[in-house]
Amino acid sequence: MKKINNTCGGLYTSKVMETFKNPHNYGKMKNADGIGKVGNIVCGDVMWLYIKVGKNKEKQDFIKDIKFETFGCVAAISTSSIITDLVKGKTIKDALKTTKDNVIKSLGGLPKIKYHCSVLAVDALVEAVYDYFLKTKQEIPANLKKKHELIKKSKDIIEKRYEKWSK
Amino acid sequence: MKRIFLDYAATTPVDPRVAKAMLPYFTEKFGNTMSLHFFGQEAKFALDQSRQILADLINADPNEIIFTGSATESNNLALKGCAFRARSESKGKKNHIIISSIEHPCIMESAKWLEKNGFGITKLSVDKYGSVNPEDVKKAITGKTILVSVMHASNEIGTIEPIGEIGKICREKGVYFHTDASQSFGKIPIDVKKMNVDLLTASSHKMYGPKGVALLYIRDGVKIEPILHGGGQENGLRSSTANIPAIVGFAKAAEICKKEMKYETSRILKLRVKLIKSVLKIKDSKLNGHPKNRLANSANFRFKFIEGESLVMRLDLEGIACSTGSACSSFKLEPSHVLLATGLKPEEAHGSLRVSLGRYTTEKEIEKLIKVLPGIVKKIREISPFKK
Repeated sequence: MKKINNTCGGLYTSKVMETFKNPHNYGKMKNADGIGKVGNIVCGDVMWLYIKVGKNKEKQDFIKDIKFETFGCVAAISTSSIITDLVKGKTIKDALKTTKDNVIKSLGGLPKIKYHCSVLAVDALVEAVYDYFLKTKQEIPANLKKKHELIKKSKDIIEKRYEKWSK
Repeated sequence: MKRIFLDYAATTPVDPRVAKAMLPYFTEKFGNTMSLHFFGQEAKFALDQSRQILADLINADPNEIIFTGSATESNNLALKGCAFRARSESKGKKNHIIISSIEHPCIMESAKWLEKNGFGITKLSVDKYGSVNPEDVKKAITGKTILVSVMHASNEIGTIEPIGEIGKICREKGVYFHTDASQSFGKIPIDVKKMNVDLLTASSHKMYGPKGVALLYIRDGVKIEPILHGGGQENGLRSSTANIPAIVGFAKAAEICKKEMKYETSRILKLRVKLIKSVLKIKDSKLNGHPKNRLANSANFRFKFIEGESLVMRLDLEGIACSTGSACSSFKLEPSHVLLATGLKPEEAHGSLRVSLGRYTTEKEIEKLIKVLPGIVKKIREISPFKK
């Protein structure tokens, strides 16, 4: 017989709940080097990610500081917090390697209907880095540009779908 | 941790007196009501008695009550049963159904399904409190209209609809009037004759009875087609072996509600008034639904800049069970259709908290909620990008 998960204590893993209860790195950041704003209010999740970029010993850009502000469910708040933990101190190059699966795994799993929150967290990071490249007038790597355009495209689709409510 | 249940609109515990009344019908009086022998007739007697008790609560005749498996089933039967019967009897002339825009999903989805099957559906808008204007009902009725369905009281925001006035209009216009009274049955007096109600849905598990049983009142003379065909139980309108333990429990629950309604309502109302007064002291908080014309046990708030699920889950961590919108909406991502219908913006609709009180709610429990809620709201706001 297949083992049935005991969902008593909620839909979420204890790691998700712990992160939700005591999120890390939340709040506004003054003079951020890059800001990523993703999500849609109609869907109920909006995530803003702020990054401060520094140079490490090898003169590479790295995420010196990171903060988030999120309007959303337990999953949205936990994925926001976990992505700040995952990438803080990493070089931009390494940080961008973070996937939704890394986020989900670090939280000990997410309910399937909340997977989009892990995507949202990764997208917010991509957008924050993209914004940093734009602001510092650096050449934007092709891969990053492609990701940014995909995010923008899906954002437009969602906004169009919910136009009637957003007015 | 001692847990506090403030989600009585989602479901209620079975009253111990109800559970006790049900017990013999599992092991001793287990007969099938269709059997001729003693066991069968013993069960049949329990069925008839239960029907009588439930009919009395709404001033109906027992032969006008049929038992179903859930309020969802009753609502499906009311809409689909009337729609198909009237359309075929009128040779397709009648094909129009009117509902409100704040109905429970089982009405909304049944209407949607009927629409797919060629019926015209009109959804009545509501005002900012969630009230249907009876004048709108009058305007929406056409020569093709079969049925109007407007809930008695909202499961989400607690607003009580003017069903007496709507019933009068429907009767004058010669169309059927159905009301989903799942939240109000046993809580406020209902008289189907005075209110000109043709069909009414009531559910057992919302009033301290067991789950898995509900009823549909069908006024004598209303023409309706069954959905379930089989052995012809329940006047041929709902074939299935009668679930006697549940039906007995339902009736016992109704008996208790009738006896204790007055006392219970005033006790709960006092707590609810205190709750609303205290919660509205929180900055940027508002009450959803009608300020006065609402169920005594229901409160629904919204808090600017925050989202409902995180609010519910933080309360759950404190041992307090409430909900956002309705229990069904926990797996949906879009905001409540009810709150949107009252004119709220999506971000406002996402930040709602439904607190519903009940028979076992104590003043201490309400005080605990009042004590922890401001801190929780503050904490979630600190994380939100929309805070001021």
